[in-house]
Amino acid sequence: MSLTIQDVKRIAHLARIEVTETEAQATLSKLTGILGLIEEMQAVDTTGITPMSHSQDVTQRLRSDVITATNQREAFQKIAPAVEGGLYLVPKVIE
Amino acid sequence: MINQSLKQLAAALATKQISSVELTQLFLDRIKRLNPELNAYITLDEAKTLAQAKLADARIANGEATSVTGIPFAQKDIFCAKGWRTTCGSKMLETFIAPYDAHVITQFDNAGAVNLGKTNMDEFAMGSSNETSYFGKVKNPWDKERVPGGSSGGSAAAMAARLCAAATGTDTGGSIRQPASLCGFTGLKPTYGVVSRYGMIAFASSLDQAGPMAKSAEDCAVMMNVMAGFDERDSTSLQRENEDYSRDLNKPLAGLKIGLPKEYFAEGLSAEVAVVVQEAIAQYRKLGAETVDISLPNTRLSIPVYYVIAPAEASSNLSRYDGVRYGHRAAEYTDLLDMYCKSRAEGFGAEVKRRILIGTYVLSAGYYDAYYLKAQQIRRLIAQDFEAAFNQCDVIMGPSAPGTAFKIGEKADDPVSMYLQDIYTIAVNLAGLPGMSIPAGFANKLPVGLQIIGNYFDEARMLNVAHQYQQATDWHTKMPEGI
Repeated sequence: MSLTIQDVKRIAHLARIEVTETEAQATLSKLTGILGLIEEMQAVDTTGITPMSHSQDVTQRLRSDVITATNQREAFQKIAPAVEGGLYLVPKVIE
Repeated sequence: MINQSLKQLAAALATKQISSVELTQLFLDRIKRLNPELNAYITLDEAKTLAQAKLADARIANGEATSVTGIPFAQKDIFCAKGWRTTCGSKMLETFIAPYDAHVITQFDNAGAVNLGKTNMDEFAMGSSNETSYFGKVKNPWDKERVPGGSSGGSAAAMAARLCAAATGTDTGGSIRQPASLCGFTGLKPTYGVVSRYGMIAFASSLDQAGPMAKSAEDCAVMMNVMAGFDERDSTSLQRENEDYSRDLNKPLAGLKIGLPKEYFAEGLSAEVAVVVQEAIAQYRKLGAETVDISLPNTRLSIPVYYVIAPAEASSNLSRYDGVRYGHRAAEYTDLLDMYCKSRAEGFGAEVKRRILIGTYVLSAGYYDAYYLKAQQIRRLIAQDFEAAFNQCDVIMGPSAPGTAFKIGEKADDPVSMYLQDIYTIAVNLAGLPGMSIPAGFANKLPVGLQIIGNYFDEARMLNVAHQYQQATDWHTKMPEGI
């Protein structure tokens, strides 16, 4: 299937990336090329094949439910764009 | 001194021929002289580096040295190192000072190694030429009009120009092996899960794997002994006994069965590179190895599969960059949504955005089965190709990249042609297998790498296979002119 400029804008919105009209146009042609490459997959019959998410047949480890990490709020907030009183500041969400 | 092996450097340090501070200063001086042109390093911090060297000297004096104590390594700027600016090649993290150490950094620190600085890379490791870095292109020391490969391009240029004793890299689709091929040194991508991904900035989590980039297989083995091992902080780290990766280096190769996949010598491979690779294989026959023709029929599909899986995982991983907790935040915005959209639009470069958009698209409602699920099914077919091949041979050999280093700008505007750079390396990541690239000669005065692919956890054997070749040839000792 082929992408439209509307698709590009919709995807960009889902990805939370602002695109200008010019960028959307340029992106459309690049994405169309990449999707053309991906389309080769559709010719393969994959009926009954178990999807592979990990190369090794392993299961997630469990650990005891105990505190292992120490509080490093100050160190972590030192690199934040805006903090106040130990909280991350963002624009008002609820009026 | 700059051409000494890690073993020789450790011996020179142990016998007080040189101190770690002197050795480190020697590399820092080279960096000062050569880095402004090559742009291999993004961040240097001489004070921190020399402080580590001093500690290493004290440790050596106390007789507590390990195999890497006092030796200066370059660290790819994808590894968080506490107190170091860690950018991942992105404007998004331009001012990010890592508040903690990656497992790989901890392993080097605990062993007393010296961190020389953070090397340049494609933005978020997305690229095969180091041209997507926010911090500028990196030049290939063999020909400064050409790319060093990518994404570990800074580490690669630093290796080729001897701006470090050895370096680390990461490999999601070929990012250690392709630059190793283009810059003429030895690089190893271990089996997925052997080196912890903790603190390694995530690109495609089911494919990302860190590994050594060094002057020889012997050096790679020394580094693997430092880097590998179980780490409970990475949920995909494999719980295995520690092994000595140097243990088999000196085994003879008589009887070794080398599989040659016909798909790796087909259309798309440069004729000059093919000649060099065939000569390397002929050398292996002289060393007593046998070759068998094999087939990896789904090789062609590894590119489309990769460009579904890697962007899908990247779009999820990179959703964390929202301008709230760390990273770039736009200066002006109207509301929260606008802040996210503008911060991400400004912080990410074009290739990263493209991959996030592709990933978002293939994971969006209605497309999951057609793309992501389908890709994971074909991923199994690709892994099964290798499984069948390893019934016929011990290791697989072929080219690491379809050509030699290309000109800066040559492929920058054509993502699809850039993606084809990784045609011989990507399948290895999809299958989770170990792969390496070793210098095998030159085509038009540019280095050519031979790729060696092993079965799961066969790194020690691959290092043996590479080391025996490096005992019989001297391609790995060649250096660019004027360096």
